[in-house]
Amino acid sequence: MALLEIRNLTHRFGGLAALTDFNLRIGKKELAGIIGPNGAGKTTVFNLITGVYRPTSGTISVEGKRIDGLAPNRITSLGIARTFQNIRLFKDLSVLDNVRTAHYGQASYGALPALFRLGRCRREEAGIIDLSMKLLNLFQLEAYAEEPSRNLPYGLQRRLEIARALATRPKLLLLDEPAAGMNPAEIAKLVELIGWVREEFDVAILLIEHQMRLVMNICERLIVLDFGATIAEGAPSEIRSDSKVLAAYLGEEEG
Amino acid sequence: MAYPGKGLALLCRSLPKGWEPGRILLAAGFALSFIIPATDFIDQYVQLVLMYIGINIILSVSLNLVNGYMGEFSLGHAGFMAIGAYVASVISVRVFPAWAAVWLFPAAVVAGGAASALVGLLVAFPSFKTRGDYLAIVTLAFGMIVKSAIENIGALGGPRGFLGMDRLTNLPWVFFWTVLSVWFVRNLVYSRFGRGVLSIREDEIASELSGVDTRRVKMLAFVVSSFFAGVAGALFAHLLQFINPRVFDIIKSTDILIMVYLGGIGSLGGSIIGAVIYTVLLEVLRPLGVWRMVLMPLVLVLLMLYRPKGIMGLREFSWFVPRADLFSRGLRHSKKDLADGAP
Amino acid sequence: MSYLLQQVLNALQLGSIYALIALGYTMVYGILTMINFAHGDLFMVGAFLCFLSVLFLKLPFVATLVVSMLGTALLGVTIERFAYKPLRGAPRVSAIITALGVGLFLENFTLALSPYPKHIPSFIPNTIWTLGEISISLLQVVVIALSIVLMVILDLIVRRTLLGMAMRAISWDKTVAPLMGVPVDFVISATFAIGTSLGGVAGVLYGLCYPVIDPYMGIMVGWKAFISAVVGGIGNIRGAMIGGYILGAVEILVVAFLPSTYRDLVVFALLLVLLVFRPYGILGKATVQKV
Repeated sequence: MALLEIRNLTHRFGGLAALTDFNLRIGKKELAGIIGPNGAGKTTVFNLITGVYRPTSGTISVEGKRIDGLAPNRITSLGIARTFQNIRLFKDLSVLDNVRTAHYGQASYGALPALFRLGRCRREEAGIIDLSMKLLNLFQLEAYAEEPSRNLPYGLQRRLEIARALATRPKLLLLDEPAAGMNPAEIAKLVELIGWVREEFDVAILLIEHQMRLVMNICERLIVLDFGATIAEGAPSEIRSDSKVLAAYLGEEEG
Repeated sequence: MAYPGKGLALLCRSLPKGWEPGRILLAAGFALSFIIPATDFIDQYVQLVLMYIGINIILSVSLNLVNGYMGEFSLGHAGFMAIGAYVASVISVRVFPAWAAVWLFPAAVVAGGAASALVGLLVAFPSFKTRGDYLAIVTLAFGMIVKSAIENIGALGGPRGFLGMDRLTNLPWVFFWTVLSVWFVRNLVYSRFGRGVLSIREDEIASELSGVDTRRVKMLAFVVSSFFAGVAGALFAHLLQFINPRVFDIIKSTDILIMVYLGGIGSLGGSIIGAVIYTVLLEVLRPLGVWRMVLMPLVLVLLMLYRPKGIMGLREFSWFVPRADLFSRGLRHSKKDLADGAP
Repeated sequence: MSYLLQQVLNALQLGSIYALIALGYTMVYGILTMINFAHGDLFMVGAFLCFLSVLFLKLPFVATLVVSMLGTALLGVTIERFAYKPLRGAPRVSAIITALGVGLFLENFTLALSPYPKHIPSFIPNTIWTLGEISISLLQVVVIALSIVLMVILDLIVRRTLLGMAMRAISWDKTVAPLMGVPVDFVISATFAIGTSLGGVAGVLYGLCYPVIDPYMGIMVGWKAFISAVVGGIGNIRGAMIGGYILGAVEILVVAFLPSTYRDLVVFALLLVLLVFRPYGILGKATVQKV
């Protein structure tokens, strides 16, 4: 059974069809990428998967269970996490608290234990601090634990966002333009990081990217979107020379 | 979050276990709250002001939870106060036998709080879909509806008000409820729900996608907030021994807003400071008569212009922070564990 | 039937006043995305200025109108310049609290100067015409006609003039507008001036219809006008006009058929219901947040 299965996904904003009849299967630990010109509908796919939008029609399933129409935090608990195009950290919160917040689902104590700060609450809280610090350690961010996350340099903010996403113990990680604003050296490090994340956390990764350097180097499979529809799908080497893809990016040839 | 006084912290750590300054102060305060009214070594008027301060602290801390920590826009807090005041008053005057009222007072207060909490739950629902300005309007309308409704219910005295309450509110009770409200809110803030509350303020969508059950968190915040507003109302009613709907209008809500934003959003210490300063200032400026209410808003405006986050900003006194949070730095792992870290 | 028509007239009269005040709220919101909570109190100032000009300056109707309009416009622009402008980049909360503070200040300042409610002597002849069973007073005609005329003028300004175009530009995109050469500060001041002066007119008209005024009158009337703006879709000028008349109609209807103490209750309850089902108001548009 596929980890993620999307069938005939269509989404309209009023009269505008942002996505038409989109299909996708992602298997366990797969590393795939969605590319395409701006406005092609790539982020819409992510928003639909994570429940920010409810699809106009079509189905999305995780390990056979339908998730379209569920609340976003429910979808997260079913194993999907994501980062954002323009980093959405909890800016006024510390680095540690950003990650601790995402460990919300790793605790189970209710309102009453919280209000009275009962033993169960205290134990689970200690556990969360432990998990969070370990996660920060892995990402080499523990030195910044008490810093407000807005003080971090851009590259570390990206890293923190990925760490925070992984706190929810996902089976599939969605990365929305993780290389945005990076130079080639940083992209090389990002390539390493993504590969390491996949192995260390045993997670499938689906990313949206514009940077061909990243996408060609790391993705096992690419899906190309244009105007809300899939125009090509396959290994990077095939996609690289596909005429439809070239036309979408570079425009039609004259004559 | 920063905490003031490294020296103070050192002093705290050097005290014997169980003797933290917070606990000492609490015990002292509790004892004093009995001694003062018994001996009257402090002027009765000052005692009254102290009780007002306590009630205002409860109001300010409870509103801060929703407006400050969660970043929402609740403008109808006086409505919750009114519900608590009226429910508790009706119970203590009409339901309890006269001789038992003193002993059953806490039950009346809890009932007032519970009634407000129930209504608070209702107000939480619109907050799921609307934020910012629209929620402000909803809560504003709610506050006005409560006031209008009370005015139309003859059994509650309508616009003429409700009286007959005994003066059941005293310093020990005010102290107790003030401490309880601060303690509950503090516990909530430093739990996973509290982090949920903060993350909703920061970025609600990212919060949801990080696994936070925002609906549950919002409901919890509104319920706790309105519960204590109701408690404050109940205490208020049994101090004044007379309440009417006009007391709980938009001006009252604005007063509470001033306390919260003066002291500092997202800070328990801030709420306390804000309530203290506001109450005291109001009393101190009494000789100015009606000009005192001309000065107060001016002060508020100046505050917003020059220090919008309030006196405490988003910072907190270390006394309120649970030990685990304060010293989480100590949990840093040794260098060995860093060997297999991220590239 | 004639009773109904009579009530329709009353609704138009009340609705006109609400609409004029609502316009002030909506214009400021449209251009600054800020709820000017002090606007209701500016309306109150307009009513007091009317009182002063009628009683002390003994001015005729039109002159009173002008005095009120200019006075409130000046006050509005001053408040914007000193209290709101510095907070343009600040979080929304600060601006709202400041507005509340300004409102409180105006209320209590007026209270300090005038502790007792004041009565405005009538300054329009008390002519009444009867059409069958319906009676129309000159008062009602003046209120309704003047309001409609002003609203039409405003609509023309917003849609046909350069200033109006600048207003709309800023309301759509605050950062790009100045880059295109729009004098943002001037346009914002002008918006405040126009919006508050309409509130001032409403103050005069209110003084005509309900001659007893007090410093806290702006609270209730102001909030109801604000609700009108929200009902119509806050930020939308035509919406504010429609909202004002809807609110007037609802209020008159409630008073006509229910005990008058239910008036405010029903109005606010209706608002809540509307916001639950259509939070953006009648003419408002849902803003889609980009994720």
